[in-house]
Amino acid sequence: MPELLQLVLPDLSATQALGQRLGRLLFPGAVVALVGPLGAGKTHLTRAIAEGLGIADSRIVTSPTFVLMQEYGARLPIYHFDAYRLRGAGDFDDLGVQEYFEGGGVCLVEWADRVPECLPAEHLRISLSIAGESSRVAELEGRGRRYEELIQQLREGARRL
Amino acid sequence: MPMSTTYFLALETSCDETAAAVFTEEPRILANVVASQTELHQRFGGVVPEVAARAHLQRLLPVIDQALREAQISLTQIGCLAVHHTPGLVGALLVGVSAAKMLALALEVPLIGVNHVEGHIYACQLAADHPIFPCVGLVVSGGHTTLYECAGPLQFTRLGATLDDAAGEAFDKVASLLGLGFPGGPAVEREASQGNPRAHAFPRSFLHEARLDFSFSGLKTAVLYALAGPNQPRPAPPPPGPQRADLAASFQQAVVDILVAKCRQALQRTGWRRLAVGGGVAANRVLRTALETMAHAEKADLFIPPLHLCTDNAAMAALAVEKWRQQLWAPLDLDAVPTLS
Repeated sequence: MPELLQLVLPDLSATQALGQRLGRLLFPGAVVALVGPLGAGKTHLTRAIAEGLGIADSRIVTSPTFVLMQEYGARLPIYHFDAYRLRGAGDFDDLGVQEYFEGGGVCLVEWADRVPECLPAEHLRISLSIAGESSRVAELEGRGRRYEELIQQLREGARRL
Repeated sequence: MPMSTTYFLALETSCDETAAAVFTEEPRILANVVASQTELHQRFGGVVPEVAARAHLQRLLPVIDQALREAQISLTQIGCLAVHHTPGLVGALLVGVSAAKMLALALEVPLIGVNHVEGHIYACQLAADHPIFPCVGLVVSGGHTTLYECAGPLQFTRLGATLDDAAGEAFDKVASLLGLGFPGGPAVEREASQGNPRAHAFPRSFLHEARLDFSFSGLKTAVLYALAGPNQPRPAPPPPGPQRADLAASFQQAVVDILVAKCRQALQRTGWRRLAVGGGVAANRVLRTALETMAHAEKADLFIPPLHLCTDNAAMAALAVEKWRQQLWAPLDLDAVPTLS
């Protein structure tokens, strides 16, 4: 059974705190699938994860919808994908994603639900839903041992807060 | 044509478009070919993945051939290669960069790398009959929303940029929320012409702040809430009618207000009296009119190129002519640089 964690994020700063904590825990080769409707905060969460990964200036983290992929330097290289504009798995594979997934960086994939067949079997899935004006609910699902452990670490961190 | 004319071949493969252009050192554009705007893609038949590097590979040589044909010159007459080598999708950029390097090597001519976003500003110079520099430059497209102080054609300083979505992306995503189809820019503009731009008081991020950055993500979310309230994440698009038109008009007005206000602030801060605007969103007529009014009030000249030079193309790499005059060649190991930073 995949490890699950549901978090209520009452405001933007809670989303930011989650992202930063997660960013500090991510490991080389980690793949994070971000799912949620327009305006759910996927890019916002990605920026916070990049901050947790030690990016020097997180303002360079912007939506990659048009450029499809952006790279940032941090503690680990960050590869920020966006499948919103793609017509399907073929397009996504044409970006060379499999090589990135198998590399030593961290892959963050917005709109990952549009290309489920491209994702590695083991990954962290974060599903964001809109609960109110600035409140969100995050459902985290760790698939595979390393991601189950990641969820446990996040859960312990959440308990301490 | 005098014997000494140097012909430039320029390539663009940074995102979706595969494009080639031929121009002289004046610069005068002799050919400006963009694959998606020609019947070229039909020649291949079937589905060509628009986003893949493979598509650029398939299209690039036919596009170069067509540009040379339209310019009525042969490849061996080319005296300089120019290529957009940053920013963009690395795999896509590499197709143009590799081809340009290979051609420069084979023809034994200089190679020049051009920043695609700076090229969007230079497109204004191509359409103007007098110098646009020094100026404030705004690039506003699907992928970029960036303000520059341009002391000269080779002296660009970034003043600010979007922190999340580009303006054109916001148009596309709001068009999707409203069920208006793709491309979102013209669709929203059409719908907005029927609506009341004051119907909804949508947020205008940083409007009254000194910073010259942009944020359109909150605006997109505000449209979503106006459509369905915060507890319905996947609302159905509204039916045609005044509600939909008002949402489109109010959204568009918010984007226009933000862009115009930041341009005005940049003009005031730099003291320049010229504003050059490039990128696909510059085609929006409400934005153009508002920029004209503001520029008039600020006693500034406004430059906006025609549509075919606003959207992605290779002719705007004529910025290379400015580098050529100063012999700013690129080495043959020129890299594709995906991110501006």
